[in-house]
Amino acid sequence: MSLDPSFVGRTYPPTAPYQVGREKIREFATAIGATDAAYHDPDAARALGHPDVVAPPTFPIMITMTASRQIIEDPALGLDYSRVVHGDQRFRYHRPVVAGDELVCVNTVEEITNRGGHGFLTTRTDVSTVAGEPVVTVWSKLVVRGEG
Amino acid sequence: MDLAPQTFRITRADLIRYAGASGDFNPIHWSDRIATKVGLPGVIAHGMFTMALVGRAVTGWAGSPDAVVEYGVRFTRPVVVPDDDHGTEIEVRATVREVTEDGLTRLDLTATCQGEKVLAQARALVRMSR
Repeated sequence: MSLDPSFVGRTYPPTAPYQVGREKIREFATAIGATDAAYHDPDAARALGHPDVVAPPTFPIMITMTASRQIIEDPALGLDYSRVVHGDQRFRYHRPVVAGDELVCVNTVEEITNRGGHGFLTTRTDVSTVAGEPVVTVWSKLVVRGEG
Repeated sequence: MDLAPQTFRITRADLIRYAGASGDFNPIHWSDRIATKVGLPGVIAHGMFTMALVGRAVTGWAGSPDAVVEYGVRFTRPVVVPDDDHGTEIEVRATVREVTEDGLTRLDLTATCQGEKVLAQARALVRMSR
């Protein structure tokens, strides 16, 4: 089953705000073994000019992975998630994510190709605060493996 | 210029902890039964866990936890994590490719596990603070 290229350019409605918690950042940082003080201690983060603890660079994947279900589970696109493999991942920051941020995601289908029986879907998620300040743009390329 | 390589050990316990913290409970990251059923050699690390460890190397080289402006990878090969006390290890290396006009440093990254590259096109753009 191939992916319908006419979905390219489609943008989905903004997701409900995600509240970035200080303890969630600490938990994530601990899980990846990141001991830098600014991930755990608000004073250390403030010394670097941030209002609260800073999230490690890949932290936003938790927010965007959930948000991109809008695309992955779009019945019109008909993607078989059991055949999906994570191909590429990229983050481009306007500023780091910090505790206290309320983040909204806008998903766009950026590219669809079909090659060698496999489908390739690139999603772009523009993550901004509820006030509209851009924070990070996240690209994920998913590979939908063909049958056999 | 090559930066000093960094190594990270990955055990099953790390994958369980990452699954819990990240909410990614795909069973290929904790069940040998299911991993082998879908054709993998065994339980593999979350790609995003490997990317997070390489991210630690990047912020370490840059000298600050908030240094990353851009960071991207392609996942090319699974990191198989055996069910023992040692787990496996990834080695991360970086080369400084250029310093941009606005003073940012572009790094080319490699990550290897058991001598095989597990990422391709791995690059970061960082604010070097030392």
